[in-house]
Amino acid sequence: MHEPELAVRCRGLVKRYADVTAVDGLDLDVRRGECFGLLGPNGAGKTTTVEILEGLLEPTSGEVEILGRRWKTDEAWLRQQLGVSLQETFLPERLTVREILALFRSLFERGRDVDSAIDLVALREKEHARYAALSGGQRQRLAVACALVGEPKLLFLDEPTTGLDPQSRRMLWEVVLAFKKQGGSVVLTTHYMDEAERLCDRVGVVDHGKMIALGTPKELIDSLGGSQIVEITLATDAEETLAAVAAALRSAPGVQHARAQVGRVVLTVTELHVALPAVLAELRTRGQDLTNLSTHHATLEDVFVTLTGRALRE
Amino acid sequence: MSESRTTRLSAIRQIALMRLRLFYREPGAMFWTFGFPLVLSFVLGIAFRSRGPEPVVVAVEAPADVPLARAEQAHAILSAGTDVVARRMSPPDAEIALRTGKVSLVVVPTSTGYAYRFDPTRPDSRLARAVTDNLLQRADGRTDTFQPELRTVTARGARYIDFLVPGLIGFGLMSTGLWGIGFSLAEMRTKKLLKRLMATPMRRTDFLFAFLVVRAVLLLTELPPLLLFAHFVFDVRIAGSLVSLVLIALLGGLTFAVMGLLLASRAENPQVVSGLINVASFPMYLCSGVFFSSSKFPDVMQPFIRALPLTALNDALRAVMIEGASLVSVGRELAICAAWGLGCFALALRLFKWR
Ligand SMILES: Nc1ncnc2c1ncn2[C@@H]1O[C@H](COP(=O)(O)OP(=O)(O)O)[C@@H](O)[C@H]1O
Ligand SMILES: [Mg+2]
Repeated sequence: MHEPELAVRCRGLVKRYADVTAVDGLDLDVRRGECFGLLGPNGAGKTTTVEILEGLLEPTSGEVEILGRRWKTDEAWLRQQLGVSLQETFLPERLTVREILALFRSLFERGRDVDSAIDLVALREKEHARYAALSGGQRQRLAVACALVGEPKLLFLDEPTTGLDPQSRRMLWEVVLAFKKQGGSVVLTTHYMDEAERLCDRVGVVDHGKMIALGTPKELIDSLGGSQIVEITLATDAEETLAAVAAALRSAPGVQHARAQVGRVVLTVTELHVALPAVLAELRTRGQDLTNLSTHHATLEDVFVTLTGRALRE
Repeated sequence: MSESRTTRLSAIRQIALMRLRLFYREPGAMFWTFGFPLVLSFVLGIAFRSRGPEPVVVAVEAPADVPLARAEQAHAILSAGTDVVARRMSPPDAEIALRTGKVSLVVVPTSTGYAYRFDPTRPDSRLARAVTDNLLQRADGRTDTFQPELRTVTARGARYIDFLVPGLIGFGLMSTGLWGIGFSLAEMRTKKLLKRLMATPMRRTDFLFAFLVVRAVLLLTELPPLLLFAHFVFDVRIAGSLVSLVLIALLGGLTFAVMGLLLASRAENPQVVSGLINVASFPMYLCSGVFFSSSKFPDVMQPFIRALPLTALNDALRAVMIEGASLVSVGRELAICAAWGLGCFALALRLFKWR
């Protein structure tokens, strides 16, 4: 059979509710074998988008193709190929890990056996523990195991690691990377930058239901035009003063962007050793007292802030 | 094809197992299903047990203006009668005893005969009047014109407990059907479990089928404890065939299960379903003859009461248990149940919100 190149293809996706447009004309291509990350703040429309792709929500308009097929005509086939972990699911509290996995396995024609699914997410010790007795990280690992027990071609994970301890997060990352290594395609949503940078081949930044940036994490960071971020806090936090300082610093050597944010000025710079002396000199001539200055390598967080003027998590 | 058939069978099996496990791991559900009907039948069976014929209790007053001997004589006559307990009392005490129901009638000797003080709206008072009058008149020389032949019977199945047990079975089938299906489905929807299952290849029909099968199995296990208990503690018998009884219970139980499905078809949380179930079951709880006969309600209400599924179910269960009726003779009642079941099922399939 001809294998389509795209795991997900959608065009002009729109989802309107009575009072909000949750998804507002979104185009998205996910290649086979790729891990694609939807990045955006709460309420951006990530879950809505993913649930439309999963065939759980009807879009108001737009086209969706999954593995080259459509929900209208090939739902039964598609359901066998997809693994899904919703943003929020409470599995039956009085069932054990093993019983829950056996239930999910029984719903698929093909799949891995329950024991290998248990080992996959390292829940062997908790095999006979009830869901109610699991920690948040263990529950999430079980949810991912339920998504993988049918040996899907395409895996959807909606905020798989939100609120988890670092150990559980790293463990889940390993599971996703292993799945990808065996040729699986992944769509995941997150608002953790490190997660997107670690797992995703490409990232789409979503805000207000629109895709505002798309590319590999490196491309997006490079698009800032500098690889270092400088944050300056002054003795004053008057808005006009900060805005004036930002405007003046914009023309300093080595500075790509300068923005005033609440209480501080944020610069994107290419060469720190050139920019810093110039910035300090400018502040001195303006008679502004520096109370704090910090620098870090640019991240996807900075990409988001630069594009929207808002922080990713607020 | 055969692969997908095996998958579906094992899917149905796993969904049914999930339901069973969730049921027997929930101590509350176990009590309401099995313990509660036993407790209720025991308490009500004891409270309303039929006693042997009770004696009539009367007071004999000794008024100041009549010789004491007249009162003594009346007391002696009445005490000699079987089934009568006579007590001598002062007028004020007798007054209080009559008012509070400790005695059913007060005999007041007069200069010419006796006066009876009693309350004609009280059945025990009317009975006491007849018995007392008979004894006093005979002692005064009245003769009976003929001697009636007495043929006494004690009808099995006429006791309150015989009436109650089929009602409790019907009531139990309604509660476990509505709550067992309705509440758990709403909970699954709230917890997004329903949505999660819809993201798998699971078929909706398999899911519903597994739920109804489990309901049927559970209701078959609900019947024996109550029936055995009623049999050994209260000597309640099943006059008709056990098979008929089980078939009626199956039909009734599934009718209410499907009604629970309908009530849960839209509700976003268990509280809404609780409200709906209460609204739906309360009229039947009162009117459908669980604890007392539905014929006690006014005639204008009867057509509505007859049309309720629990009335039909209770009537059919009583007909089989007490009168030994056949399935055919309760066909009308079974048809009413089946109509409710099919109607609710059709509506539920249209309305049910899966995601
Ligand atoms: N069922 C719904 N009815 C009305 N509004 C909704 C519904 N689901 C989501 N929304 C709204 O759509 C927007 C996008 O939500 P969502 O897709 O959950 O965002 P994200 O997953 O990125 O946090 C939010 O403003 C949310 O309030
Ligand atoms: Mg979300």
